[in-house]
Amino acid sequence: MSELKLMKGNEALAEAAIRAGVDAYFGYPITPQSEVIEHLMNERPEERTGMVVLQAESEIAAINMVYGAASTGKKAMTSSSSPGISLKLEGISYLAGAELPAVIVNVVRGGPGLGTIQPSQADYFQSVKGGGHGDYKLYVLAPASVQEMSDFVEDAFDIAFKYRAPVLILSDGLIGQMMEKVILKDQQERMTDEEVINKYGDWAVTGKTNRERNIITSLDLQSEKMEARVHRLMKKYEQMEKEDLRYEKINCDDAEYLFVAYGSSARIAQKAVELGREKGIKVGLLRPITLFPYPKKQLFDLADQVKGMLSVELNAGQMVEDVRLSVEHKVPVEHFGRTGGIIHTPEEVLEALEEKIIKNGRIRHHKTRESSIL
Amino acid sequence: MDVLDIIKPENQVFCKTKLMTDATLSYCPGCGHGTAHNLTMEVIDEMGIVEDTIGVAPVGCSVLAYDFMNIDMTQAAHGRAPAVATAISRLWPNKYVFTYQGDGDLAAIGTAETIHACNRGENIVVIFVNNGIYGMTGGQMAPTTLPGMQTSTSPYGRDINSMGSPIKMTELVANLPGVYYATRHSVHTHKHARKAKKAIRKAFENIRLKKGVSFVEIVSNCNSGWKMNPIESNKWMEENMFPYYPLGDIKVDGKLK
Repeated sequence: MSELKLMKGNEALAEAAIRAGVDAYFGYPITPQSEVIEHLMNERPEERTGMVVLQAESEIAAINMVYGAASTGKKAMTSSSSPGISLKLEGISYLAGAELPAVIVNVVRGGPGLGTIQPSQADYFQSVKGGGHGDYKLYVLAPASVQEMSDFVEDAFDIAFKYRAPVLILSDGLIGQMMEKVILKDQQERMTDEEVINKYGDWAVTGKTNRERNIITSLDLQSEKMEARVHRLMKKYEQMEKEDLRYEKINCDDAEYLFVAYGSSARIAQKAVELGREKGIKVGLLRPITLFPYPKKQLFDLADQVKGMLSVELNAGQMVEDVRLSVEHKVPVEHFGRTGGIIHTPEEVLEALEEKIIKNGRIRHHKTRESSIL
Repeated sequence: MDVLDIIKPENQVFCKTKLMTDATLSYCPGCGHGTAHNLTMEVIDEMGIVEDTIGVAPVGCSVLAYDFMNIDMTQAAHGRAPAVATAISRLWPNKYVFTYQGDGDLAAIGTAETIHACNRGENIVVIFVNNGIYGMTGGQMAPTTLPGMQTSTSPYGRDINSMGSPIKMTELVANLPGVYYATRHSVHTHKHARKAKKAIRKAFENIRLKKGVSFVEIVSNCNSGWKMNPIESNKWMEENMFPYYPLGDIKVDGKLK
């Protein structure tokens, strides 16, 4: 039965994993996401659904356990926070190269280095520009509420298995730690071993029966074969852009100015939209729900309508580069964001729009490229 | 007509291992890997468990093990095979899951995964081929390189004061309660290969008992990396490797010898 509960984002994600019929979770504690594995351990998923939950010796071991589970056609996931995700990147690159379906969750904290345990969106580049080595991309979902922390688990696995590719849920310490109402979905049955073999027997390693052996690898020592593999990956990413782009437009119909923000920043920017409209500023919000694929065309089209855009991010200016690439210099695009774990207020966001965009409306961004941090 | 069509079955004394593919082995002539592959595949074939066997290949000389072993296999990142095998074994508890790893993979970059998979008592077989060198990358020093031994990264010999002493992984993991069987063999003579095969068979049979890790070390030569011909390298192995890495059982049925 679906039910309404008050939960932390991290707990909602963990509960959603059990209910989505996920086969395995492998993780390692790190603030601010340890509630994920704590909730899973507390809920005895081995008894509830037969789900395997294991605390690994490191983030590296955890992602490679995901790789092993995914090799056999099972639904496996891991979660961590920024420094831990850096450790997982080798494994994530292998998952992409070996074309395996898996879900990785990053509850982002401030960096670089050990950084801080407070919320941040400073892992945007790492998430959408590769992160690990080689030519690959991740399908990246950015939840902006506890409800989406729950809903995106199933969505992420759907995409992962549609494309046989790793999917990243890019959350942050704010969404992971805050409590909200959430409607939890009904319990789904886990697939039986027989169902897994029948459904994924053409590629998964489940034991060689009366068929050619299945091999999972990302290695192609022959250059032509490796290039063919890269091309196969690029085709998947093109298809993702065509079929699985997700975004939300808020108050954009009559907008003269635009905030572009995802995740927790989108929540704050949405309030700034309200505050702006109370002051008579016609401002809207475009919230990318997927960071790859990215709503490039939507931003390009909105650039014909609005006078300028402000990319609002909890970082020193990362997604702003993609907004600029998307609008192709048609309108000024600036960045605003706090770092170090400080969360900007709606008032600060609106003030930044007024200062950086509305006052300087005619200045093209080549003149304003200097650091846009406070 | 195939030669096997001419030989009467009762007269046939040798044939190609059924579970080995026809791919040309990428190993140097004289290397022990080919025999270790053969023995592992013979055991799986003789036990009739190919449908329930999942292998995990490492990074190193045997990275392409999946090209030669005609079974379902997944290729792990460098050193991570025990983590990969952990997940497969947990999700498919009735399968025979094994890793096949070299000493750089298992005893250097993958030490944490090796120790912790052993400590958790995962129900897997680990085949550990120890030739005291990084063969694939061209003969660099491994954690198992003997004291004084020359490699491309210890050109004046391994100095144990600055480079540490060779790790005896099998003795190390045998002390963990999660390890049920730990043994060391070689495959350089028929006699040794027969013993090694018995050990591999016992390791795979242990999986049915669900008592923990079965760890089979195979001390092997690396004639290319050691810059010797195959016969010299086997002699050198007997004279130098075996005194440091003595052959025989270290732990059997959960009891240290």
